Amino acid sequence: MTLDPEYLEYPRRGLGYDHDLYEWSCLFDRPAIRWPDGKGVAVWFVIDLEWFPLTPTDTPFRAPSHMQTPFPDFRNYSAREYGTRVGMYRLLDAFEARGIKVSVAANGAIAERYPRLVEDIVAGGHEIIAHSVDMNHTVATGVPEEDERAIIERTLSALARVSGSKPRGWLSIARSQSWNTGRLLAEAGLEYLCDWVNDELPYRMSPAAGGLVNIPLNHELGDRDIVLTHQAPGESYVQQIEDAFDWLSGEAAAAGGRMLPLNLTPYVMGLPHRIGQFEGLLDTLVAKPDAWFATGDALLDAWLAAQPAPEAA
Amino acid sequence: MAVDDPGLYDFSPYRGRPRIEWPGGKAIAVWIAPNLEYYELTPPRHPQRRLWTKPDPDVLSFAHRDHANRVGHWRMAEAMERHGFKGSISTSVALCQHHPEVIRHAAELGWEFFSHGIYNTRYAYMMDEAQERAIIEDSIRTIREATGQTIKGWLGPALSHTLNTMDLLAEHGLTYTCDLYHDDQPQPVHTRSGTLISMPYSIEVNDHYGFFIYHMTPREYAQMLIRQFERLAAEGEVSGTVMCIPLHSYLIGQPHRIGAFEEVLRHIAADGRAWITRSGDIADHYIANYMPTAGAVTEAAK
Repeated sequence: MTLDPEYLEYPRRGLGYDHDLYEWSCLFDRPAIRWPDGKGVAVWFVIDLEWFPLTPTDTPFRAPSHMQTPFPDFRNYSAREYGTRVGMYRLLDAFEARGIKVSVAANGAIAERYPRLVEDIVAGGHEIIAHSVDMNHTVATGVPEEDERAIIERTLSALARVSGSKPRGWLSIARSQSWNTGRLLAEAGLEYLCDWVNDELPYRMSPAAGGLVNIPLNHELGDRDIVLTHQAPGESYVQQIEDAFDWLSGEAAAAGGRMLPLNLTPYVMGLPHRIGQFEGLLDTLVAKPDAWFATGDALLDAWLAAQPAPEAA
Repeated sequence: MAVDDPGLYDFSPYRGRPRIEWPGGKAIAVWIAPNLEYYELTPPRHPQRRLWTKPDPDVLSFAHRDHANRVGHWRMAEAMERHGFKGSISTSVALCQHHPEVIRHAAELGWEFFSHGIYNTRYAYMMDEAQERAIIEDSIRTIREATGQTIKGWLGPALSHTLNTMDLLAEHGLTYTCDLYHDDQPQPVHTRSGTLISMPYSIEVNDHYGFFIYHMTPREYAQMLIRQFERLAAEGEVSGTVMCIPLHSYLIGQPHRIGAFEEVLRHIAADGRAWITRSGDIADHYIANYMPTAGAVTEAAK
């Protein structure tokens, strides 16, 4: 038995990554960043607001949490919609009662189908992040470039039409990209993306990858991972997030500003038996003197302002 | 031809073995195995095992692991350092080329390096002897050039092997393998030549198992590690045991997990029964004092 000799060749084995999408950098070697008012931890909520068509597509892949039973899956179709009709308003009420502005990563279809909801989000002073057309528009290598460009344009125009302004940020479904994604997002005028979970502060993608700022939206701290994948009860979710905040706050005191990105799902955290626990977490966080509640675009602006000016040409 | 027993070791019941005494009269040897890995973004396909689930680039899978080399390693290492734990690193040796900063940092802390293959995206299955020799020799050379250390141990890349692996490790002068999970004490491994032992790696308490197979919360995982320690330390007064904590800093170094884990380090460091050490030191001590001769191993098994 033997392996193809090519399997033991390592053409990209050298300094830096085996790709050109971004540069390596150690979080702890960077100049300390300070958030507004000298706060240590930027708490960034991102609510995924999604529409799952009743007939799912598997091209290029089926989105997580999409339909599961044989057609028609009324159970999951309507349970996801529960989040959009009910859970989302519970979350908005919880944030607005505490004066917290959040980011909402919305499918363009939400604006097309439920413009009232997008208007309510905008009226609350929250940010809209673009999050593809709907959950049948996943992207991976193999999606033709013109199709992906159309997905981005259609999403941005649907959201801009209802919200009144063009989103500055993008979150891919399942954080999945093609080789073209970064460049196409840049060409569409977007300023940041949230897909790369490899860091805990914003950083800039390379020019070859579009040059946008990546604001890492940690999936492991998301309610989908903690509650759905790992099946933790609500009280454990709260405990884990409090532990994360306390650790990051300690690190911030020594090493500079940190981020606590909290990805939320209306049909997970907006359920009646869980929302009270989540509101308790919000009260705990609001009482932390070190917390800065930031939207993605506020984080972006604060991070950009802290970067050294580019050297004169 | 089907092989049903790899013939790597004899049956040797836990009951009635002579006691292993660790240096300082300690009951349990505790070592931490951070896996410092490099996963390629566009690895070649192996005929027998698939890696990523999406076409390249699998952004989430890659970026999650990349967190280790930008954030997680430093956070984990600092917590270990605070409580006097030196790592014994299962190293994707190509990391020496890609991110020498990580390797340098670990070397400066006095950590031990052993090989975890070239990349965690290159599996050993189906390699012929010459190919497997090549990755072992590459590992020895690469770690030596990067750190000055001569590796003593091995953990198959992504836990992949061939039937020749153990013979080839011993032939190249390596003394321990972390690939066999049949015991809580070091044990002799049969090889064509040389001296090789199995180093307990405690795969069941690997953080990947804890979080992604058993779906433990961070605090449950920490409590499990403490129970594991308490039991092995108590038994170790009679038998002499080894506990490994196998880690991936992109998991244990996440902000919601590291605090609970640091409590485990604090607990073990304060206990007093543990020889807190490195895998190579455990192997050296065992081989110097307890390694049976080849004949004695066979006799004991009868």
